[in-house]
Amino acid sequence: MQFLSLIGGVVLTFLGHLGRLTIFAGTALSHCLRPPFYWRRIGSQMLDIGYFSLPVVGLTAIFSGMVLALQSYTGFARFSAGSETAVANVVVVSLTRELGPVLAGLMVAGRIGASMAAEIGTMRVTEQIDALATLSTNPFKYLVVPRLIAGLLMLPVLVLVADIIGVFGGFLVSIYKLGFNAASYINNSYDFMQAFDVISGLIKASAFGFVIALMGCYNGYYSKGGAQGVGAATTNAVVSSSILILTLNYIITELFFGT
Amino acid sequence: MEPKISLKDVRKAFGPKKVLDGVTLDIAPKESVVVIGGSGTGKSVLLKCILGILLADSGEIKVDGQDVTHVAATDRDAVNRKFGMLFQGSALFDSLPVWENVAFGLLQREHLSRAEAKDRAIATLAKVGLAADVAVLSPSELSGGMQKRVGLARAIAGEPEIIFFDEPTTGLDPIMADVINDLIISCAKEQGITALSITHDMHSARKIADRICMLYEGKLIWAGPAADIDKSGNPYVEQFVHGAAEGPIKMQVRR
Repeated sequence: MQFLSLIGGVVLTFLGHLGRLTIFAGTALSHCLRPPFYWRRIGSQMLDIGYFSLPVVGLTAIFSGMVLALQSYTGFARFSAGSETAVANVVVVSLTRELGPVLAGLMVAGRIGASMAAEIGTMRVTEQIDALATLSTNPFKYLVVPRLIAGLLMLPVLVLVADIIGVFGGFLVSIYKLGFNAASYINNSYDFMQAFDVISGLIKASAFGFVIALMGCYNGYYSKGGAQGVGAATTNAVVSSSILILTLNYIITELFFGT
Repeated sequence: MEPKISLKDVRKAFGPKKVLDGVTLDIAPKESVVVIGGSGTGKSVLLKCILGILLADSGEIKVDGQDVTHVAATDRDAVNRKFGMLFQGSALFDSLPVWENVAFGLLQREHLSRAEAKDRAIATLAKVGLAADVAVLSPSELSGGMQKRVGLARAIAGEPEIIFFDEPTTGLDPIMADVINDLIISCAKEQGITALSITHDMHSARKIADRICMLYEGKLIWAGPAADIDKSGNPYVEQFVHGAAEGPIKMQVRR
């Protein structure tokens, strides 16, 4: 019996979180559409998410592109020689459709999701969020909305940069390590790439950006119990947004490419 | 005269724990009321219910005759403009410099330019005895006493009609505590602001209160003029005032 009540308890807690998260997201979205808007806050969040994440995302992208070129070349060599066109194709399709958005999303979840949860969580436990309410400022508008908007808008930008850097990484390895012809590699990449490969990746990125900001803000907003609570909120934000990114990635892929 | 703040049978429970169990209290305009009580007796919850940060389960809370019992803080901008609050830990925004903390409410409400807001902030800082060069510092660079003063400046910057003080002297040395008490008197009493403070510092309570109430187990068990606190005739109040471990109030100490 104790076992059953344990399962029941876990399910109830989960459903409670799900309900609270839905209400939180709904409230936040409704505030996204109603003035006043805190443009300075939106700007500083966009700078933080977009600009200051560039090094992390760029490094991730360049090494992913490089390893992709190397792996697909050695892999293809097993059953066919002269796989120049295939390497260029694999690099460009897998980067723009999958690796760009997913890896950038995961890296930003670690960098930004964690800091959002920690910052808002600390503001919660030090009563700064209560103080906002007493100073005629809606905490949702001031804290949550700028982060959601910045996540939604800046992740696609980051992923576009990641796509370019990643393809360049594949190019570097193909030319200097595998000895491909540079002109024909660029030609191959360009011919194979379809606009929708990139666009679908950017749509994914936008969804991931929203999820990262939402989970960061939600976990921070409802954190309690001092340093330990803020620590738990940070962990939950990163873990839950990472899992949601991977889940959403499959769902969106299924919608776009599943036949 | 209509009370500034009127509480009638306010109740608030967290799960099975009744924190406020029928609190009734009227605060007259320009009166300074201090609520005393031990830690965890619901003093902070009382303030937060009046501000709408927490919503009372039942009862009635009126501010200037307007019923705000079921209106959350985020939906009652007009009412909350009347309030200023000094938080226990000061609750300064650590991402903003001191002057932006002080001018925060002004920037939100009055659409001042940033230069004007900074001037107003420096003028308000002067009222709490802080020099203009503090304005550009970050709150984390200040001592606890200075943070309290900045918190007080932030609370009075919007020229509120009512100020709440949540344990204004807790965690300060006795001299700084007395400085804060004097500032509360000069900011609140002398400018005719209604004040509601919660504290367990009896020295502070005697100094700033017109009237003292004692909160115990979610109820106000005693209320009277500050001068009468030593002849309350209530054993709970006497124990609290004298800080005696033995008496009718049993601390829940696990042995």
